[in-house]
Amino acid sequence: MSEIADLSALPQEEREARENFLFNTKGFLSWALTLDHKRIGLMYLVGVMSAFFIAGMLALLIRLELMTPTNTYLSNAQYNQVFTLHGAIMVFLFIIPSVPAALGNFLVPVMLGAKDVAFPRLNLSSFYLWVSGAVFFLAAMLYTGLDTGWTFYTPYSTTTQGPVVAATMGVFILGFSSIFTGLNFIVTINTMRPPGMEWFKMPLFLWATYATSIIQVLATPVLGITVLLLAAERILHIGIFDPAYNGDPVTYQHFFWFYSHPAVYIMILPGMGIISELMSVHSHKSIFGYRFVAYSSVAIALFGFLVWGHHMFTSGMANVTTIIFSALTFTVSIPSAIKVFNWLATMYKGTVQLNTPMCYALNFIFLFTIGGLTGLWLGALSTDRPLHDTYFVVAHFHYVMVGGTLVGFLGGVFHWWPKMTGKMFSETWGKISCLLVFLGFNLTFLPQFVLGSRGMPRRYAQYVAEFQELHQMSSYGAFLLGFGLFVALGVFIHSLMAGKKAPPNPWGGATLEWQCTSPPPYYNFLEPPTVNDPYNYKPLAYRDGDRGWEYVHPEAPEVPQSEPEPAQS
Amino acid sequence: MSEAAVHGDGHGHDDHDHPAFLAHHFDDPEQQYDSGKLGMWLFLVTEILFFSGMFCAYALYRSIHPEVWTFASQFLNSTLGAINTGVLLFSSLTMAWGVRCAQLRQRTGLVVSLAATLGCASIFLGVKAIEYTHKWELGLLPAGTYESQFLPAAAHHGISQWLYVLSAIPAACVLGFGIWYAMTIAKGEKENSEVAGPLLVTALCYFAGVGLGLFLESGEAHGEDHGPGTHSEEHIDGHEHPGNVHEGEEGDPGHKDAHEGGGEEHSMLPGEAKVVFVSAETDGMKPLPKPGAATDKEIDQSGGAGLFFSIYYCMTGVHAVHILAGMGVLTWLLVRATRDHFNEQYFGPVDYVGLYWHIVDLIWIYLFPLLYLIK
Repeated sequence: MSEIADLSALPQEEREARENFLFNTKGFLSWALTLDHKRIGLMYLVGVMSAFFIAGMLALLIRLELMTPTNTYLSNAQYNQVFTLHGAIMVFLFIIPSVPAALGNFLVPVMLGAKDVAFPRLNLSSFYLWVSGAVFFLAAMLYTGLDTGWTFYTPYSTTTQGPVVAATMGVFILGFSSIFTGLNFIVTINTMRPPGMEWFKMPLFLWATYATSIIQVLATPVLGITVLLLAAERILHIGIFDPAYNGDPVTYQHFFWFYSHPAVYIMILPGMGIISELMSVHSHKSIFGYRFVAYSSVAIALFGFLVWGHHMFTSGMANVTTIIFSALTFTVSIPSAIKVFNWLATMYKGTVQLNTPMCYALNFIFLFTIGGLTGLWLGALSTDRPLHDTYFVVAHFHYVMVGGTLVGFLGGVFHWWPKMTGKMFSETWGKISCLLVFLGFNLTFLPQFVLGSRGMPRRYAQYVAEFQELHQMSSYGAFLLGFGLFVALGVFIHSLMAGKKAPPNPWGGATLEWQCTSPPPYYNFLEPPTVNDPYNYKPLAYRDGDRGWEYVHPEAPEVPQSEPEPAQS
Repeated sequence: MSEAAVHGDGHGHDDHDHPAFLAHHFDDPEQQYDSGKLGMWLFLVTEILFFSGMFCAYALYRSIHPEVWTFASQFLNSTLGAINTGVLLFSSLTMAWGVRCAQLRQRTGLVVSLAATLGCASIFLGVKAIEYTHKWELGLLPAGTYESQFLPAAAHHGISQWLYVLSAIPAACVLGFGIWYAMTIAKGEKENSEVAGPLLVTALCYFAGVGLGLFLESGEAHGEDHGPGTHSEEHIDGHEHPGNVHEGEEGDPGHKDAHEGGGEEHSMLPGEAKVVFVSAETDGMKPLPKPGAATDKEIDQSGGAGLFFSIYYCMTGVHAVHILAGMGVLTWLLVRATRDHFNEQYFGPVDYVGLYWHIVDLIWIYLFPLLYLIK
């Protein structure tokens, strides 16, 4: 490689700056047309964060409206549109692509010691599919206002005046973006693992990404055809979901949840993968039960396909069907619990360092556990009947989606931020943001469990006056949560502006991404990295704030080098 | 996927063991080929799941309304369906042949195979256009717009106007490719004429398919010798049977005057054979209605037949879109084949497109019996 040979004559500092993927080429087009997975990952990161900002603002608008039992800022129709927009943007534009597309794109090839994903062009095209899907989707929803809820349930979605066709086409396009990302990762992990990295020597984040990708590839096409049939139903009146023509609206629910329940695991599995990494790295202790954590990801992915009916217990299924779906639903708790217990066991007797990412990881475990355990009430038939479509459900899935995925995502962003940008961030303010998010989140959603169990139905702009106190608590919590997230955003911006230069390995991680410079060079690794146990921290020693953690070599322990050295095999 | 296989351009490799077709992030051609192949297989899995939604809808509604399926399926012309099946099977053969040619670096063989595959795809679409336009004319439409076949309808004379609409694009293609081909011949651009020629043939093949469809659509009606009117008698008998209670809740007033329409003769082409569409059901294939069972007329008027056609249009329509997409990538391969991009070490794109083409073929192999052969 002549390019590299030329640069090797330059001083170390300058060479790093020249090869750094952020600045090796300049100009708008060098980003817009890049095939570099790291740049695509960063573009996704900016994209999903923007979507999250919009949808988060809508969430605050909802909570503002719910401060009083009557309509204050929004009419009922506007309220319907706002919660639809909030849910749809959060699900399709933020949570689903958040970890796999943004962090996954950056990390998968680096963790594999590869130069790029298997299909860089496909990768870029899935980013642009995401962008066009997002534009389509937002334009459709802002134009006349969509009020179906993010689920597009028939028969309402086939009769309402809203722009259902445009929005479903947006979903269709976003679905293909998701499929191509998943396909790319499966192929990358299958064919581009370096010599020596067997399946059970892969970092657990890759296992989680692999399991997620399987779901993306297997479930998302069904969503594609479902929304296509929904659009055809509206345009051509094909009658498949319309009882007037011998169709059945519940068929739509089955089709929709056949995708959308596995999609719940598309949302949570990558978060779990992040937590597996964070727990081990920040405890400086090998992950407890590696194989169990790895297999549980795959088990969740597979079980996830068998439980969609639990969204429809009150939609008129046969009793025996509901019992089967209920029983299958409980099986998902087994691999989920395996993960939680293994994370806890990883910390046991570890050297736990409460860095910002670790604080987020602990936050995740606490919130996800509440979210998971309240799911048992909803999976059980007798308790689901009264709790169905109440705030209990809202609180439950927010504990999993926000308390799980969002918090895990933020933890991951903090953890890999030095690697992505080459800058350290303020630990103090990072931890403060984590505390604010924790307090704000619980203040928002714990009252909603109470509200739901007392019978407050979801998706209403008005409510009886007795609920006002709890609703106000929830709203104040939401504002606090929003504030905490702004603090986190401030930490990131401050880091970009004035952050200290990050060492290659600031946390002491043993996965391959910590062997290249921060940020990595365009080709990721100048020489193929040495593959070793991703959770063996013994050869690593902390030097100082500038050098971070380095591999200790028995024969030459004190050679100062900022270039990471391959470990002894 | 094909994207993967694009040669590593613009990355400034001058590594001697990194040939031009090998993308920069792959170590060797085997890794690149395996990645592309696995990617393609995964894509095919998503394709199958994409169709699975419609197969589920088919299975669900057929199991609920089996009588609707047997009734409505008789409006599909199984001869044309069989022809199209044969055409697609043959195109799969030519595609596989093309893969072999690419592997052996037989440039001419590859170009001819790709051209033949494109031509077959075009014939398929031509026949499909005939089938679709007939049904549109007859009101055999998705549920919301379905017109009962037992209502008096105006006779449909001549070629459906929809056929002209559909054929406008292939006609434009014939014109455009013809001009382009003539220009490339005049200028002596061999590579371009090898693209333009097959594309011209492809566009013409559409009209061959249309012609074949027109001929067989009229020929079958003769060949199977449907006596006009005899079946409408049968409908009336069936309908007036005391056991035949109207099962649908719709109880529409229109069915009383419907039987006149039952034997309506629709002329397909002026001066050609008269085609009786509605009585296309034959005695041998259709069992007499059991006492208490719904008659054809009742099935038809309960709106259920429209559901069959909804599913028919969705499945065959999405399949046709896949054929069109396949024609797009085949054209891309054709261009690359004339530029001699493929060799013993680098034939991945042809192989992947071949896999895609076979799955499109395979889906049709399932669609044909499930839709056409159930009466």
